[in-house]
Amino acid sequence: MNQPELIPHLFRTEFRKITSVLGKLLGAGRLEMAEDIASETFLAAMETWTYKGIPENPAAWLYAVAKNKAKNVIARNSLFDSKRAKEWVRNSQNEEVIDWSEKNIADSQLQMLFALCHPAIPAEAQIGLSLRVLCGFGIDEIANAFLTNREVINKRLFRAREKLREEKIEIAFPEEKEILHRLETVLKTLYLLFSEGYYSESSDNVLREDLCLEAMRLTHLLTEYEPTNLPNVNALLSLMSFHASRFEARRNANGELVLYQDQDERKWNQELIAQGIYFLNKASQGKLLSKYHLEAGIAYWHTQKADTSEKWESILQLYNQLLQIEYSPWLHLTAHLRFQRLMEKKKPLLRLKNSS
Amino acid sequence: MDEFILIFRHQDGSKVASPEQMQTWMKQTMDWIQSIAAKGKFVSGTALPFADARVVHHKGIVTNGPFGDIKETIGGFIIVKAESPEEAAEFAKGSPVLQGDGNTVEVRKIAKNDGVH
Amino acid sequence: MKDFLLVYRMDYSMATKRTAEEEQANMKRWMDWLGSIGAQNKLIDRGNRLEEKGKVVKTNNVITNGPYSDIKESIGGYSLVRAESLDVATEMAKGCPVLLAGGNVEVREISKM
Repeated sequence: MNQPELIPHLFRTEFRKITSVLGKLLGAGRLEMAEDIASETFLAAMETWTYKGIPENPAAWLYAVAKNKAKNVIARNSLFDSKRAKEWVRNSQNEEVIDWSEKNIADSQLQMLFALCHPAIPAEAQIGLSLRVLCGFGIDEIANAFLTNREVINKRLFRAREKLREEKIEIAFPEEKEILHRLETVLKTLYLLFSEGYYSESSDNVLREDLCLEAMRLTHLLTEYEPTNLPNVNALLSLMSFHASRFEARRNANGELVLYQDQDERKWNQELIAQGIYFLNKASQGKLLSKYHLEAGIAYWHTQKADTSEKWESILQLYNQLLQIEYSPWLHLTAHLRFQRLMEKKKPLLRLKNSS
Repeated sequence: MDEFILIFRHQDGSKVASPEQMQTWMKQTMDWIQSIAAKGKFVSGTALPFADARVVHHKGIVTNGPFGDIKETIGGFIIVKAESPEEAAEFAKGSPVLQGDGNTVEVRKIAKNDGVH
Repeated sequence: MKDFLLVYRMDYSMATKRTAEEEQANMKRWMDWLGSIGAQNKLIDRGNRLEEKGKVVKTNNVITNGPYSDIKESIGGYSLVRAESLDVATEMAKGCPVLLAGGNVEVREISKM
């Protein structure tokens, strides 16, 4: 029983690839079918690999099984309305295979991202379905992240899938002139997805970090696709990188949260900070100043441990700009809290000044 | 040394399991089998898919599903070598199947090749 | 071609009541039946008969003497066969002698790639 080691998260990783590629093939209205085929594929892997060993090329094995299952499903389903699927069935008679190239997998995931982040779908449902389809999470895991139960999540996913069907949303890249507009919703969803992981009160730390990493991965995909490699996308990725750099420092040995001011900065991940700076520089090319730029700026200053007044003044200034771009009571509150902290930090300084 | 069959009985959890859970479960089962194999006591094993199953009854009546009188369906089995039913049961205790409440592993000694069932 | 597992279930208390002659006739029926499958080159493994007594390990390491004392039928044995489809395998199972003893045959596909 000498066999290759199982790659961690292989099933989750391949689930989102298979679901995206098949979802595109079957049409957005039949997303659940794609999810089911992917699930059944892993079931088959579980039943076979457990006893016969892990195949040499696990991904190729999974794609072959998924292809056959998709073929059977399409053949069984006479009401199939997706032209693409019908064409494919015709082609597959000649043993033509699904395109599992890295490029098509990446494109399918991006197109799926745009479809799921369609403005017609409520934000909560977008995040839920993204977690399922684009990140490969199970219903229980999503419920756990949202601190709610299966039924609630199932309902949200159901609503999202229904919208995809009703609105006849295409799994495709939006047209050039549409892309900026649509990208806004996409970024908002990714931002919320990241925040969900970063600020969630779920006790499952691993799950929370996974959520953040998934949001980063998807944002990273956007930076690798030329039409969406835009300043605000880079700014968002920079923002996420800065925040993620504190993963280790914000958790003590018991898994409890360590507040920013009490963190051991030696535990801040310098690689992620460098990555954040890299994407912030890329984000600065151009005239666009989005809220992600400002938040990335704030996050950057938080990676500087030295308690200079320059740091806190810069942060406050960025908050003020942020409030001008997008006023929200929540943001106002946060800015206010930061201002208080700034004042607290400054107090000893002020006292020092006064005494001299 | 006798051969024993360890029959896993559990409910079909595939519909609710996430990809990550499936992978974890698979890994645990492989590790468990590996631990028996390391002692040179693993003979063979297989999973049995829940989909597409039939039961043929007396007078040739065919029903769907193996579900009959037994609540939990057979999800698979392995054959092991053991000195005694107790040792075989000890192997069974390590099965990840038992993590599910109500799941069982049936341990049965294999009768030696008498050609009769 | 696919592989299928045939699981034989019957009420064991019936089997113990057989006379030696009935037992021999039963054995012959089994050999004939498995032989006929083998003749079509569709018998992968004649499988095994299971001894009557066994154990059931439950969650939390509870072990009871089994098999399943609360139900009449228990697994008596199994074989592995090869068939074009589930339907063909099911058809094959219809000839199994366990049916004459009031038992049944479970037909399960074995996943393989």
